Amino acid sequence: MADRVIAGAIMALSLYFMWHASELSIGWNGMTGGPGGGAFPFWLSAIMFVCAAGILVRSLRGKTDYSGNFFDPETLSWVVSVAVALTITIALMPVAGAYIALPLFMFWYLKIFGRHGWTLTASLCICTPIFLFFFFEVTLKILLPKGLTEPLFFPLYAMFF
Amino acid sequence: MELIGHLADGFATSLSPLNLFIVIIGVTAGLFIGAMPGLGSVNGVAIVLPMTFIVPPSSAIILLCAIYYGAMYGGAISSILLGIPGASTAVATTFDGRPMAQQGRAGLALIAAAVASFVGGTISVILFTLFAAPLADVALAFGPAEEFALVLLAFTTFVGLGGDDILKTIIMICLGLALSTVGLDLISGDPRLIFFDQPGFYSGVSFLVLAIGIYGVGEILYTIETSKSAPSVTPARLTFRDLWFGIKEVGKLWKTLGFGSSMGFFVGMLPAAGATPAALMSYGLSKLMSKQPETFGKGNIEGVASPETANNAASTGSLLPMLTLGIPGSPTTALLLGGMVMWGLVPGPMLFIEQPDFVWGLISSLYTANLAAVLVNLALIPVFVWALRMPFTVLCTLVLVLCIVGGFAPSQKMHDVWLIIGFGVAGYLLRKAEYPMAPLVLALVLGPLMEKSFRQTLISEQGNMMAFIERPLSGTFIAISVVFFLLPLLKYVKKANRAQKA
Repeated sequence: MADRVIAGAIMALSLYFMWHASELSIGWNGMTGGPGGGAFPFWLSAIMFVCAAGILVRSLRGKTDYSGNFFDPETLSWVVSVAVALTITIALMPVAGAYIALPLFMFWYLKIFGRHGWTLTASLCICTPIFLFFFFEVTLKILLPKGLTEPLFFPLYAMFF
Repeated sequence: MELIGHLADGFATSLSPLNLFIVIIGVTAGLFIGAMPGLGSVNGVAIVLPMTFIVPPSSAIILLCAIYYGAMYGGAISSILLGIPGASTAVATTFDGRPMAQQGRAGLALIAAAVASFVGGTISVILFTLFAAPLADVALAFGPAEEFALVLLAFTTFVGLGGDDILKTIIMICLGLALSTVGLDLISGDPRLIFFDQPGFYSGVSFLVLAIGIYGVGEILYTIETSKSAPSVTPARLTFRDLWFGIKEVGKLWKTLGFGSSMGFFVGMLPAAGATPAALMSYGLSKLMSKQPETFGKGNIEGVASPETANNAASTGSLLPMLTLGIPGSPTTALLLGGMVMWGLVPGPMLFIEQPDFVWGLISSLYTANLAAVLVNLALIPVFVWALRMPFTVLCTLVLVLCIVGGFAPSQKMHDVWLIIGFGVAGYLLRKAEYPMAPLVLALVLGPLMEKSFRQTLISEQGNMMAFIERPLSGTFIAISVVFFLLPLLKYVKKANRAQKA
């Protein structure tokens, strides 16, 4: 089942890549004497499509080597919840800023998902953003997204820059 | 004798109290910068470059080289402990370093990485000292056809000797190569594969984004599934006895270390290559020469030592064309070159005649920086190993936060952070379906070099495909590649024949 799902997805992806790549020349370019701009991605995607089709056919004929357990509802729910939490965190970063979004994610992961104590959760949720600020912003001059919280950082900018 | 005299003068410069202090500070800072996913020697050197005007040029270049060396060592730390390459140069270290850490052999992997880096760095500095001028000429003779053939050889080693499902390996190589073409066409400059018209794709898919996505987020998602709260690794301890045992273990790999050093040094000299391809090629060829290639990717110490030797050797090698020809062999050496120009030093053959103090001070500083880096690294290994003892959920949270910030830092674009999540989920699913990850990452790194050298050769040879075979060096590489590619087929035929007889 896993082999078929993934092989099907790769075939679809290959077709999408081929369609995009064919916007440029995929054949021999007479002007420069070499393959056109789209040739490399197009033909690579074509090979990918053929190999994925091979895996699909092999799987349908019952000749797969795949031994894993692809779908396990309980464990899959943990993975999905972490992936969703990460997606929400990243969506929140440009709006609420990294210093709100990241501690919120950490709080959810440590306290709710990991069931750790308040002391550990609070100390990590406070210390990590402080470390990130001093390491990335003050030392490396890499500014993280602040969003709505930007004005709160003006006094810190005045102090450290 | 003249060489020894020059080197002695250089050591007089690099061993002064100020320069020794600078070396220790530089390697320590480089070690931490290199260990941070998303940052590497380029960032370290770029940050410090403007600050070096307060010291003389020799001290400035010593500081920058110390950071460069420290970062090369540091990249292996997060590759081994977290499974995320600290820098692109350390990606091959992840293949076996991470499984070693998961087997409770993190200390040994870190020692192997440190000692191998030291050996690679030292051998290449000696080569640098002895053969700087003649080797620069050889590197210049290495044209696009040879580069293409060498990259092809790197891929076919994965197909022929990988031990994974061949169709899946080919898919991953093609996917990595296709992703490497995202952005602008190398020749015409036309936009290619700009998915959903997102402007972020114009700058291509960064190698670090893919590596952090697959080895950071993907690995965490995969581990969450197998254990929600239990530690992901067996806690490792490290004593002086372990240290001695580790050094002895690495000492047994003298063939790998010698080969990795010389190959890394040579590949590092090629202007288009650098430390990352050197490490990946060294890994592939070590697997090829190993008596147990099937243990690679499952925690083989050789798989850690080989790329670490090569990437450090390559970092020294990349300094050679910069000094002798003014052609940087890597992004970091491009920055060093910029720094030299700012200090009023003109790189080229005349530099050795006009500025001997500077040149020999730099060469001798490579010896001291290399020694300082291995000592600081070994001294800090217990701290890094201690980090493994924290509960999995704590480690997991910190790694995911580091992945997000580390993915954002190099480009400062949220687009890259979204890609990290996308690659993380895709990597998790592909891993579940038993697709090998190493060929994908290798292909993304080597893809631009492969396409460029392929098209350059065809343009210069008026489309004559035979150009790849007619040149002796590239012809040999291609012939070996064909053999590797046909190996699985031969194995299959042999197996089928045996089954028929039985």
